[in-house]
Amino acid sequence: MISQFFILSSKGDPLIYKDFRGDSGGRDVAELFYRKLMGLPGDESPVVMYHDDRHFIHIRHSGLYLVATTSKNISPFSLLELLSRLATLLGDYCGSLSEGTISRNVALVYELLDEVLDYGYIQTTSTEMLRNFIQTEAVVSKPFSLFDLSSVGLFGAETQQSKVAPSSAASRPVLSSRSDQSQKNEVFLDVVERLSVLIAANGSPLKVDVQGELRLKSFLPSGSEMRIGLTEEFCVGKSELRGYGPGIRVDEVSFHSSVNLDEFESHRILRLQPPQGELTVMRYQLSDDLPSPLPFRLFPSVQWDRGSGRLQVYLKLRCDLPPKSQAVNIRLHLPLPRGVVSLSQELSSPEQKADLGEGALHWNLPRIQGGSQLSGLFQMDVPSLPGPPDHGPSTSAPPLGLGPASLSFELPRHTCSGLQVRFLRLTCRPSGNTNPHKWVRHLSHSDAYVIRI
Amino acid sequence: MPYFGSEDVVKELKKALCNPHIQADRLRYRNVIQRVIRLPGVQEYIQQPILSGLRDKASYVRRVAVLGCAKMHNLHGDSEVDGALVHELYSLLRDQDPIVVVNCLRSLEEILKHEGGVVINKPIAHHLLNRFGCLIPNEEELFDILNLLDSFLKSSSPGVVIGATKLFLILAKKFPHVQTDVLVRVKGPLLAACSSESRELCFVALCHVRQILHSLPGHFSSHYKKFFCSYWEPHYIKLQKVEVLCELVNDENVQQVLEELRGYCTDVSVDFAQASIFAIGNIARTYTDQCVQILTELLGLRQEHITTVVVQTFRDLVWLCPQCTEAVCQALPGCEENIQDNEGRQALIWILGNHEEGIPNAPYVLEDFAENAKSETFPAVKMELLTALLRLFLSRPAECQDMLGRLLYYCIEEEKDMAVRDRGLFYYRLLLLGIDDVKRILCSPKSDPSLGLLEDQPERPVNSWASDFNTLVPVYGKAHWATIFKHQGTDHCGPELPHTNFSYARQLISEENKERVQELPDSEALMLIPNCQFTAEYFEKTWLSLEVAHQQILPWQGEVHPDTLQMALQVVNIQTIAMSRVGAQPWKAYLSAQDATGCLFLTELLLEPGNSKMQISVKQSETRTEILSRFISVLETVIGTIGDMKS
Repeated sequence: MISQFFILSSKGDPLIYKDFRGDSGGRDVAELFYRKLMGLPGDESPVVMYHDDRHFIHIRHSGLYLVATTSKNISPFSLLELLSRLATLLGDYCGSLSEGTISRNVALVYELLDEVLDYGYIQTTSTEMLRNFIQTEAVVSKPFSLFDLSSVGLFGAETQQSKVAPSSAASRPVLSSRSDQSQKNEVFLDVVERLSVLIAANGSPLKVDVQGELRLKSFLPSGSEMRIGLTEEFCVGKSELRGYGPGIRVDEVSFHSSVNLDEFESHRILRLQPPQGELTVMRYQLSDDLPSPLPFRLFPSVQWDRGSGRLQVYLKLRCDLPPKSQAVNIRLHLPLPRGVVSLSQELSSPEQKADLGEGALHWNLPRIQGGSQLSGLFQMDVPSLPGPPDHGPSTSAPPLGLGPASLSFELPRHTCSGLQVRFLRLTCRPSGNTNPHKWVRHLSHSDAYVIRI
Repeated sequence: MPYFGSEDVVKELKKALCNPHIQADRLRYRNVIQRVIRLPGVQEYIQQPILSGLRDKASYVRRVAVLGCAKMHNLHGDSEVDGALVHELYSLLRDQDPIVVVNCLRSLEEILKHEGGVVINKPIAHHLLNRFGCLIPNEEELFDILNLLDSFLKSSSPGVVIGATKLFLILAKKFPHVQTDVLVRVKGPLLAACSSESRELCFVALCHVRQILHSLPGHFSSHYKKFFCSYWEPHYIKLQKVEVLCELVNDENVQQVLEELRGYCTDVSVDFAQASIFAIGNIARTYTDQCVQILTELLGLRQEHITTVVVQTFRDLVWLCPQCTEAVCQALPGCEENIQDNEGRQALIWILGNHEEGIPNAPYVLEDFAENAKSETFPAVKMELLTALLRLFLSRPAECQDMLGRLLYYCIEEEKDMAVRDRGLFYYRLLLLGIDDVKRILCSPKSDPSLGLLEDQPERPVNSWASDFNTLVPVYGKAHWATIFKHQGTDHCGPELPHTNFSYARQLISEENKERVQELPDSEALMLIPNCQFTAEYFEKTWLSLEVAHQQILPWQGEVHPDTLQMALQVVNIQTIAMSRVGAQPWKAYLSAQDATGCLFLTELLLEPGNSKMQISVKQSETRTEILSRFISVLETVIGTIGDMKS
């Protein structure tokens, strides 16, 4: 049971405030929440906070705080799930979730909240059921155009590298207009994988975790059935064997409850009738055995002269993707010993950048082609690191506090598990004459890619 | 916003409630009822529309009307419950629309909260369970219900999975193996939530992982890598992960976990670095040598925030694991230069005072501290210094006499803090009594700290937290939650909420008590007498004269550490008569115990070659099965605990 729900901007301005029970102190609660959040010491969790008979539970989404208050000892899992579902719903109905879209669509948001929650109890969060009750139309800042590349990260467009972010499926509201049938029938299907890797100092992988998702964003009229064909060699669990090759293996897989799995066993086909809006069709996890080599290897060499305090780090980053693929937005983050003062650098290509900040070296590489390697030579002074004087100059052992290196990157059109969407078919043609547009894209990105030095 | 009832709004609402057109128009009706939350003066207008709404054909009207009943009840304040309305709501539990059913339950729960909430009898329960999708084939079988709910454990929604898990844990209260089984099955979804993209979900899941680890320490050990931190994670998640790592460490993963933790110790964030060092200190209680080595290396960094925490963990370690004293003493020299803060200096002084035998230059280090006593601002440091110097004086009087005298003089004559002054005076007067008395008081045997190792890991049955699972309790942590709850108890400002909490709590307590009350009278409690001394001959004679009353085989892994086992048995008043030496095959031990009525329990432990099974044979001087089974369960617990600690 929720007493209040509110949305705050990243600066703490209340955008939406709703009281469901009439038992609580009014709008200043939102301000109280923000003050409490800002005053929290770093080691305490802000997820659940308590003040004056009231628990605040919040999520951060797209820079906004979605906060629920309650006075009951409720299930944190359900409440967090509700909040993130609300974030998705608001995104679906308003086009995207941001401070701007929320404040342009206040009436719509309140209307949605009225339907989703009554007296603090969840009624429904299904887009289909809500459609019947929502009257207000979303206000979109500018008319949507597929060719307006500044508003949409169009998949596969080379020019829009910065927009190849995991969740940038078209940002327009699902119910843009009831009467207007001229809207394009479109459906977007993303295969997104998050990679979490730990590599030992000798280069052998200690941990490899892949969390994958099939995300669908549909603008088709509800009730249109579609079939998603996955790679036929897709196997679940350690023992299953399919096809002749090593197969595409995942450890665990779970599907959205609306997915029909009749053809999954035989042909790896998922059947579903997606509601308009965003839907996570399938989630899967894979640990330890990747079919392909890891995307990056790092060959560091460190020279440290204790006497003069000079630290020289030579980093060679090798990209082991297939030659046709590339990685973009690579950022390498290398923590340094305390007190590093100066940096001189020699980088292997002009588009790279490196700088010092927050006690770490940041090395940014806009792109690496598969099979190639880039390098950087960094020299630093570490005067405040007095080693035991009797050791003399040492060149081998890296000083404590150096490393491990963390990489973040995106791999467009690449899945680490090897899973591909073979096809996306719509079984019945929607009412409009226009052929629906189908967009399928694959993307891997790093969650944590740590290399010990 | 209609909730803060201006006159106009009330008037408008009243009008709307009376208007037959609005009552007939479902959408408008719905909108009106939804808006009634806290408006004085609409009570008499609302009743009739709501009652008619309950029988409406459209499900969306019934949904609103059902919750409207709860609103109406709350508007009346705590007037008595309307029996007819409650009856109506109970009958609506059979509604076709699932949301109406769920709303009915919520509404009943609120209306009947003073009577303990909605009462679910068997037919209702069956009906509700059937609404989950299948039929119960047989009557009232727990396992049928569990099978019915099984599919929810596979749901892709963590809320549903965890909710179902909790229900399982509570229903299977009497079947620990079912509980364990459920927790094994929920491992996958929980781990997925722990690496979820949503930080908040990740945090909540980690808190629940820790909760499970308290009862099943080995549960996540093979997945330790999932709990490694990454650089960009927020602080509160990293700290939770470090705690989890600490709790799941075992023989196989200790090397990797320590290596990972060592990396964190040099993190840019001081808080995180210190938390990681403390974590290594915690692990050191079990894996002393490896940890002490890492901690010693960290001292080489000569960084204040690291050195101070390392010295603090050292202090706790030499107390809990005396075997590492030598290594610690060798590591310490020189680190006094890198400690500035209060806690760190206190810890260092304590170690110097208590283990001066391993640190030849201890008096000179303390001398520096003593000379700076005047400029010292923390009373706690001065008190620690006094005690340490006095201890040191007892063992090395020549080097310390002068220094101690000056410090005592300063503390008594010049010190402004009363506690320090009193401590100084106290030691001074103690010294006046003569050196032997001082020794007797200061160096009397200390309590045995290694027992703490056993007490640290109390067996916490799943049932002790099952009712807290999937609530905010694990998220806040038990201690923090207790303070919140107390706060809620003293404060009655909330209009309705503390009541619900109380009635809930009272219900829980009374139920538990009931069980205890029922259990106690019909069974005898087992009371073993401490310190019952047997000679080996007497034991042997009695052992040969008795028949084996009970024989059982318990799982066991690896070698036995006789000291640990002996200590553990001593805690529960079981004495060890004889034991084989370490590594003997087969390994045997003979134990004895006596209860308050004089009944003797003689036990043989036999560890077969291969070290995989422990056979226990118990003989009893009087045949009393009830009390025998209690004795055996005590023995089982001890052996189980020791076995777990090792694995």
